[in-house]
Amino acid sequence: MSTETFAAAIDSATAEEMRLDDRVFLMATNPPAALRAEFGPERVREMPIAESAMTGMAIGAAASGLRPIVQFSAVNFSFVAFDQMVNQAARIRYMFGGQREFPIVFRARYLNGTRSAAQHSQTGYAYYAHAGGIKLVVPSRVEDARGLFTAAIRDPNPVMFFEAERLGTLTDELVEGPSGPQELGVAVRRREGTDVTIVAIGYMVREALEAADALQQLGISAEVIDPRTLVPLDVEAVKASVRKTGRLVVVDESMPACSMASEIITTIIEDPSMFSAMTAAPRRVCTTPTPVPYSQVLEDFVLPDRNDIVAAALDLTRGALTSERN
Amino acid sequence: MTQELPIVAGDAAVSSTARERATGIYRQMRLMRRFEEVVLDFMAAEVREIQGPVHPYVGQEAVAAGVCAALTQQDKLISTHRGHGHCIGKGARTDRMMAELFGKRTGYCKGKGGSMHIADFDIGMLGANGIVAAGLPIATGAALAEVLNGTTNVVVCMFGDGAAAAGPLHETLNIAALSKLPMIFVCENNGWSVNTQPDVSLAPESVAALAEPYGIPSRIVDGNDVNAVLAAAEWAVARARSGEGPSMIEARTFRRLGHATRGPFPPDNRDPEILRGWVERDPIDHFAQFIVDNRLGDTAGIEAANRSVEEELVDSVRFARESPFPEASEAFEDFFV
Repeated sequence: MSTETFAAAIDSATAEEMRLDDRVFLMATNPPAALRAEFGPERVREMPIAESAMTGMAIGAAASGLRPIVQFSAVNFSFVAFDQMVNQAARIRYMFGGQREFPIVFRARYLNGTRSAAQHSQTGYAYYAHAGGIKLVVPSRVEDARGLFTAAIRDPNPVMFFEAERLGTLTDELVEGPSGPQELGVAVRRREGTDVTIVAIGYMVREALEAADALQQLGISAEVIDPRTLVPLDVEAVKASVRKTGRLVVVDESMPACSMASEIITTIIEDPSMFSAMTAAPRRVCTTPTPVPYSQVLEDFVLPDRNDIVAAALDLTRGALTSERN
Repeated sequence: MTQELPIVAGDAAVSSTARERATGIYRQMRLMRRFEEVVLDFMAAEVREIQGPVHPYVGQEAVAAGVCAALTQQDKLISTHRGHGHCIGKGARTDRMMAELFGKRTGYCKGKGGSMHIADFDIGMLGANGIVAAGLPIATGAALAEVLNGTTNVVVCMFGDGAAAAGPLHETLNIAALSKLPMIFVCENNGWSVNTQPDVSLAPESVAALAEPYGIPSRIVDGNDVNAVLAAAEWAVARARSGEGPSMIEARTFRRLGHATRGPFPPDNRDPEILRGWVERDPIDHFAQFIVDNRLGDTAGIEAANRSVEEELVDSVRFARESPFPEASEAFEDFFV
């Protein structure tokens, strides 16, 4: 066993795939130096700050049989390329009747929780979930980052890979050597529980696990589900958990309107069998419906954390626990 | 008609190759024109067999025909929303184009694309596109792929004077110049960005002037003269193929009809004198005359080409009408792989 940071794991997955497959190349405004040293400037391309061009170039290169990786400095810079992302990458295969595959990986950090203020602190994945046509991966652990990134490169579709900046320097124990791909669209149960299901996205998985520990002290058994990919979403894993617990909290460090939290809850409760299986109204734990502010005092208030998750879970379970205890 | 006559090998003898090439180019232009006239017939209110919007290419045929005549099938071309002529120029089949416009399963995009999204990747036609200027980055990536794949193929990006005022042109001129990509930027300056003319939409006097600061050589040509377009295209293709990098061609032409239609066009309120002038300079009529004048063919040959175009279009319409519509379940196909 060894340790590796989240960010390094993604770079090493990239290098592994570039060694295996000549078609893989990277475009970034600031490409990782180690990759550039190993693979040279043709395959690790240092690009001008021109996100729209970079994104469209990836589409054109993919159409000609290559497997480009586009590294946005952060997800908010992908919005500069919103036309190419939404009108082109997300639709081009479909509107051309499936004539070609477009295997592209878009890397996008989000800087929530790092005092980076409103533009850099937004997850952005809900925009792209709504766009359709792009698979969305939001890992929470280093092992997953490596395996899911490998899968993203090998996937024949456009895949957007979201990296919570707060995970960037974290380390997890890691099995040595090539990790191999992990399947996209498979959720993982991070903790088993019986009273409430907490679905958490990205870095929020770690907050949810802390919350579950705290809830245990209060006599509440929380199950934590890490969906790992938002498109496709492992709906069955969430349903199986909610069938058992009857209660659902979804933690998403994004604004609540049209969020993935909203989408996951809707997907669950619009299934009549799930609606009747639920013993409490589901709950979103999101950011406040405002942009993320700079000041540490304000940002810590606005972003959801373990305390918000505990409060929500307590709220959902209070009636039940009272009746059980009586 | 023009200062350069690349089709004519020399005064002494007109080779059979030159004759065939000239007739082929003429037939393509005629096919582009008649294809759209037939399409417009099927959009009429009492017919409505073609229901989506169409952006007619009428009057600009010399640009697509001249550029595509300089390309091989392995070369790539990215089109715009006004793409029928580009598709035909690149060698697309009119039966599958027509079926696409009719919304049929046998269309190029299985009825999912319509007029604005016809593509045939097998012949290097990388797609029409409904977003102005969006093709520029995609073409740049296709050109990069040719470099990384080690080919000598070139990539043409068609764009309009409207796209010349949009950001992606700057981004892609810069990157194409930096990486010396095998690209040809072809601006079809048809005088109209939807309903806006260049004097109010573009500060420089020409689109070609935009290439200069990047060190990209350019030529401005008469876009109604297929010889002039072909000469410029052969110059640009030769540069790209030999690794000299990108070039720009600004082909000055005129959009004879409105920007887009879902049926018959309303009365044209543009200056009738200007319109008449461009109709008199019709690129197809002029090239027919050029062929006869330069003994590249005769009137009988022109008429034979016209008949063959009509026959092809009758077959294309029959194919489109007789083809099945897609099943509803096909809406779910071709999304994710």
